[in-house]
Amino acid sequence: MRVNGASRPVELEPRVSLLDALREHLGLTGTKKGCDQGACGACTVLVDGERILSCLSLAVQHEGREITTIEGVDTPLRAAFVKHDGFQCGYCTSGQLCSALGMLAEHRAGAPSAVTEHVATRPDLTTDEIRERMSGNLCRCGAYNGIVAAIEETAL
Amino acid sequence: MRSFSYVRPTDVPTAVRAITGSPNAKFLAGGTNLVDLMRQGVEHPDTVVDVTGLPLTTVDEQPDGTVRIGALVRNSHLAAHPLIRTRYPMLTLAILMGASGQLRNMATVGGNLLQRTRCHYFYDRTTACNKRDPGSGCAALTGYTRNHAILGASTSCIATNPSDLCVALRALDAVVEVESAQGRRRVPMARFHRLPGNTPSVETTLAPEELITAVELPNLPMAAMSRYRKVRDRASYAFALVSVAAALETESGVITDVRLALGGVAPTPWRASKAEAVLKNALATTASFQAAAEAELAEAVPQPDNAFKVDLARRTITATLQRLATDGSPTKQ
Repeated sequence: MRVNGASRPVELEPRVSLLDALREHLGLTGTKKGCDQGACGACTVLVDGERILSCLSLAVQHEGREITTIEGVDTPLRAAFVKHDGFQCGYCTSGQLCSALGMLAEHRAGAPSAVTEHVATRPDLTTDEIRERMSGNLCRCGAYNGIVAAIEETAL
Repeated sequence: MRSFSYVRPTDVPTAVRAITGSPNAKFLAGGTNLVDLMRQGVEHPDTVVDVTGLPLTTVDEQPDGTVRIGALVRNSHLAAHPLIRTRYPMLTLAILMGASGQLRNMATVGGNLLQRTRCHYFYDRTTACNKRDPGSGCAALTGYTRNHAILGASTSCIATNPSDLCVALRALDAVVEVESAQGRRRVPMARFHRLPGNTPSVETTLAPEELITAVELPNLPMAAMSRYRKVRDRASYAFALVSVAAALETESGVITDVRLALGGVAPTPWRASKAEAVLKNALATTASFQAAAEAELAEAVPQPDNAFKVDLARRTITATLQRLATDGSPTKQ
């Protein structure tokens, strides 16, 4: 596997999820297991720059692709999360950060969202757009206002 | 999760060969539904044929104006594609109102067509489910039915099809292209999904050894002014209670053409043909829209916990058509 810019040889059964491969076989425990069924977003990682859920992926499907986990991202978003109280317990935070990076790239590429006024046009990154685009990451502590503020500050 | 053998072919004939003659083999694409069901023990293939390496990932406009979508185009890429955003906004909106950004980056068009129900009892292996274990009964019939069907269900199964994307494909009269060792064939969306009847475990008309290779959208100028409206228990990242895909064409206040399909209310993406029949050549007024919705819902059979869906569907149909009539532009709900 290619993880955070390095080659990580690993032999796995096909049924091992990307999430379990990262955590249990490569020791990268920054990616969290929340629901393990695609409902919470805690396990979000980037594959070839796109955000996905590692719990619903088989590791074997990602052979040779560039996987980026929270251990491999260096972004001003991290400081912004601290500054704006974008977390309390911190369990969802690595997923929130990876998701936000993927989301910002999608927006830069001009992708619309469900709240975009005219889907044929290129939307501005308003607060509503950020909230909609980040809806796949749940935060049990309810730090959403801080999360949105951190993303807004970083995106500007 | 039970163990299985895994293959990742890089061309369609090899993929088809890999599944032919193996009744317990399954195609795997984005994994957003199948991996979950395998972990729950609801699905347990002995062979998984990963089709994500197949060259079916482009969206192409054909000379006759139809748009051909490769079966492995990711939902997010399809929603953001300029051809879809400008010519079929209801499809872009339907996709964007489903799941989350991460899931849409994984999920494919072909996989979405085969998405299984989100009925709680289907997932819960301790309960009876004719869809999961044919002949075992239906726990939903005496259970909690808020999310269940009001149209097209049977005494064997009242589960709904959870797809948003398919509702738009049904309204647009899309055609599904499939391939097997016997060759290629085209299946209109109208004949792709089947009602449960006595065999709710059989959800489509696909043969077990057929692979979805593409979806084709007809050249439909009226779809450039179309909408998708979705009503759910929270504002985002939830399945539909009721959804409506609609396109409306009028001339001097008279409806000349209409496309209407519903989600969240039936075991299949539901084409509202009765409503369409009422609307053809009628005046584009609220009274017509209400009469059409009434006609479609006349045979609704609600369950104890979802009687609200009948009125919600009526009002959502009416509101969506009103919005199209007053302002046809493809904007948000």
